[in-house]
Amino acid sequence: MLDIRKLQKRYPNGFLALADFSLSVKQGEILAIVGGSGCGKSTLLRLIAGLDQPTAGSILLDGTTVLAPRPEIGVVFQEPRLMPWLTISKNVAFGIRHLPIEEQNQRVERVLERVGLATLSQRWPKELSGGQAQRVALARALVGQPEVLLLDEPYSALDALTRHDLQEHLLKLWVDQRPTLILVTHDIEEALFLADRIVVLQPQPGRVKSSFPVYLEHPRQRQDSLFLEWRSKLLAELNQAAQAHEKSTLSA
Amino acid sequence: MNQESSLPTTPPDKQSQWSGGKETIESPNRWKKTGETWLIGLLLPVTLTLGWEIAVVQGWSSDRLLPTVSTILNTLWDLVQSGELPTHIANTLQRVFLGFVFGTLTGTVLGSLSGYWPLVRQLLDPTLQALRSIPSIAWVPMFILWFGIFETSKVVLIAVGVFFPIYLSLSDALRSVDRKLVEVGQSFRFQHHELILRILLPATLPTYLVSLRTGLGLGWMFVVAAEFMGAEYGLGYLLIDGQQTGRPAVILGAIVIFALLGKLTDWLVALLAGCWLSWQDGFQTGENHA
Ligand SMILES: Nc1ncnc2c1ncn2[C@@H]1O[C@H](COP(=O)(O)OP(=O)(O)O)[C@@H](O)[C@H]1O
Ligand SMILES: [Mg+2]
Repeated sequence: MLDIRKLQKRYPNGFLALADFSLSVKQGEILAIVGGSGCGKSTLLRLIAGLDQPTAGSILLDGTTVLAPRPEIGVVFQEPRLMPWLTISKNVAFGIRHLPIEEQNQRVERVLERVGLATLSQRWPKELSGGQAQRVALARALVGQPEVLLLDEPYSALDALTRHDLQEHLLKLWVDQRPTLILVTHDIEEALFLADRIVVLQPQPGRVKSSFPVYLEHPRQRQDSLFLEWRSKLLAELNQAAQAHEKSTLSA
Repeated sequence: MNQESSLPTTPPDKQSQWSGGKETIESPNRWKKTGETWLIGLLLPVTLTLGWEIAVVQGWSSDRLLPTVSTILNTLWDLVQSGELPTHIANTLQRVFLGFVFGTLTGTVLGSLSGYWPLVRQLLDPTLQALRSIPSIAWVPMFILWFGIFETSKVVLIAVGVFFPIYLSLSDALRSVDRKLVEVGQSFRFQHHELILRILLPATLPTYLVSLRTGLGLGWMFVVAAEFMGAEYGLGYLLIDGQQTGRPAVILGAIVIFALLGKLTDWLVALLAGCWLSWQDGFQTGENHA
């Protein structure tokens, strides 16, 4: 259980990126956070990951405050961020360096198999495609078997086909250990395809505008009429959030 | 998804055959290309030396001030036979080696510290920058006073030369390592030493290896300065000796040996660097420093 209470983040330059942000995420839930660029999505994930500190409010994971990165939390960034000087398997092992070497090897092998890259384990990152690299990044986050997995627009740099592939793939992986997934995205379709619940953000300062549970059966079909209906509903919601912001800046 | 597709698809096993074949075609071409690059590089020096040789043999010019290659080689050969040259080379190599090792060690340690901790940088950097602007020769009298006239002062002088490029480029490179990679380490709760050893130093390795080569080059320059300050052996001594006895062939011979040794050691470091950097994905990283 992840509990975000009245979170505020003001950057040292005075910019208020998040204000009065509250949200609870259940264990095993797939939550999508949708918002336009500059809404504070990455800021929020960095705070949950413990990579940055809030200026007010708190984040509690299983009752204890997140003050620094924790082993129960895995992160997949927008870019793969692989270490170019390490082979794929060493990159994946990065996250479990404290384990005995045999267990490391076993786990790396298993997770690479699960993401479908077992044959590439001895390659260098420069030899991978964008989609493959992002799957390695996912493997690196999963290998420590986190309770919560944070994904910051992980597929936004990929082409549509690869993106769809990886989204399906992510669901398959999730079934295994059912970690809490918090996926940040600006892609409504991605959110609808994956999430149990969608939170729409309001920009400047970033805060929760609305929150919808998504009652669609898995596997979801992107051409499904209900899917499309949800899609336009969400789009309207996002536009409203952006317009509200424009209005407030115009009147100010 | 899963719609019927009328597009022809390549079976997976065929695909892998195709990409497997492509890699093997490339290598002979690369060898040939390296050979050509070498030849082009040799063209200018060979033409010039041959031209000079012919000019002297034909009597168009005299080799009293600028000896021909054959004179230089003869002189060197004499020095080899008398056993002098190997001793000089061994002495110089030893000094450069020791100076290089000490300079590299201190440069690496201090460069890492000041690149990683802003406080150390604030503490050390102004002083080191000031020291750096002192011409190396200016140290000679002090080093002789402090470390004596023999080996120590020479090795220290060379180490000073090697130290600065390594210190400077390492501490700069560390500070400009991609924050995003560092964040990955932080998200896995890396300790300071893990961040340094597992992310920062590898990320700066390319720059670091270049600075080793720069440092080595300066080491070779400083060894001459060091050997000018009274040595009994060494290529620098040979230079002075050639000057004092009026033998330009000896001077040029020593210079040639310097050039050869400098190139050879630089090549060794570059070779080492190449092995370490096979992961690099840069513009033209495949074409290596010949
Ligand atoms: N380190 C920082 N210092 C100051 N402002 C920042 C910093 N990082 C992000 N911001 C600002 O905070 C806002 C939210 O950024 P971010 O969380 O990256 O948005 P998103 O991920 O939703 O695109 C942006 O307006 C950005 O300019
Ligand atoms: Mg972002």
